[in-house]
Amino acid sequence: MLKANPEFTPKQGLWARFMAMPLDSAPRTIAITVVLCLFCAMIVSAAAVMLKPQQELNKTLDKKVNILKVAGLYKEGINVDEVYKSVEPRVVDLKSGKFVKDIDAASFDQRKAAKNPATSTKLVNDPASIKRQAKQASVYLIRNDAGDIERIILPVHGYGLWSTLYGFIALNADGNDIYGLRFYQHGETPGLGAEVENPKWMAQWPGKKVYGDNGDVRITVSKTAGPDADKFHIDALAGATLTSRGVDNLVKFWMGEQGFQLFLDNLKKGAA
Amino acid sequence: MALKDKTMLIDPLVDNNPITLQVLGICSALAVTSSLKVALVMAIAVTLVTAFSNFFISLIRNQIPSSVRIIIQMVIIASLVILVDQILKAYFFEISKTLAVFVGLIITNCIVMGRAEAYAMKNPPIPSFLDGIGNGLGYGLILMLVGTIRELFGSGSLFGVQILETVNNGGWYVPNGLLLLPPSSFFVIGLLIWAFRTWKPGQVEKREYKIMESEGSH
Repeated sequence: MLKANPEFTPKQGLWARFMAMPLDSAPRTIAITVVLCLFCAMIVSAAAVMLKPQQELNKTLDKKVNILKVAGLYKEGINVDEVYKSVEPRVVDLKSGKFVKDIDAASFDQRKAAKNPATSTKLVNDPASIKRQAKQASVYLIRNDAGDIERIILPVHGYGLWSTLYGFIALNADGNDIYGLRFYQHGETPGLGAEVENPKWMAQWPGKKVYGDNGDVRITVSKTAGPDADKFHIDALAGATLTSRGVDNLVKFWMGEQGFQLFLDNLKKGAA
Repeated sequence: MALKDKTMLIDPLVDNNPITLQVLGICSALAVTSSLKVALVMAIAVTLVTAFSNFFISLIRNQIPSSVRIIIQMVIIASLVILVDQILKAYFFEISKTLAVFVGLIITNCIVMGRAEAYAMKNPPIPSFLDGIGNGLGYGLILMLVGTIRELFGSGSLFGVQILETVNNGGWYVPNGLLLLPPSSFFVIGLLIWAFRTWKPGQVEKREYKIMESEGSH
């Protein structure tokens, strides 16, 4: 008893009926939007997935270059991976000041750890304005041919004027003489705060000392030189008071009791 | 055809410049012009994004329902910008580090959407593509002019090469700190617009109001 619908012509398929709809009709609007979004999402995710290995490679290479630079081992045109072999990454527990052995140091990500509540602590006394501090921290040791530690490279970070400054401080084997300080990531004002990258300013750091005789942190970034300026004073950047203050705070914080002081003491005693 | 293509590319440089005449894309011109290198990369990125977004939008312009056209334009522009960002991160890591968040901000650059809405929605793909290139170049030209002034007098260098030896490095030039801060590009762009309109008086807009003549006095 089936009777053909006179309105229905089998030749007119779904597609043709869709195309006959006005452009602004609801089904067509929704269909176009969905198709376009799916298409764009596919392209964007394909690009993100395909380029990810290259991007990760860049990031690790960049970090290695920065470590080598602060250690004074970087020259234009060297094979970074080859030279980086002399750098020994380790993980340190900041509370006990001892090496942690059950964390793979090469893949440990201190920034990620600082975000995770399980591996970080919320700071109460927070002069560097970093809010959360990872319980463990990366350190990089450079040994000489005899196998003795020659240089200790410690990651430091803290807030300047606009941004968090990330850098490395390199110490000589005694854990007190500064070999250099270098920031590799920040968003300070070009020409003012960004002069933390000025080689002339950075040249003030080598040869200075972190700790006074009784073990307190003496290194200071300030406009006026205090006593023992030749040992402990770094001239602040002109026109960048707040960035300089940020650098002062973050160096004091990371070199102090909440930072690497215990570890450096242990290292000196051979108890790390 | 060839002549028309040429004018499409050259027209936005001076006669119909997106920044000085249309006054679009000012916000990003403030942010990225403190150093020439960053300004140049930004100009290239914006040119590519404008050209390709114009091209793709024009390609499907007859299928875009007018009720959601802005959203569709945004989807295409945003996808292209993410693509540019990803490619920079993969192959031009140093540059992507200096540009940081500004690449993402291309999405909000009024020039890209302004051209999509004003040109690509009504014209075929190839002219739209050229229109995008032209406007990107016009934007880039102003960016480079502002960047040259700001970097030279703000930090005494061009493309990072020291031209005027600054006091910090033991030279004689005292850099003008204001030029390194974003507001200075307002002044520089304002002066440029003034210069352009003095050169080409046709660009001066008609007054929207007129101050009344005072009638007598008390």
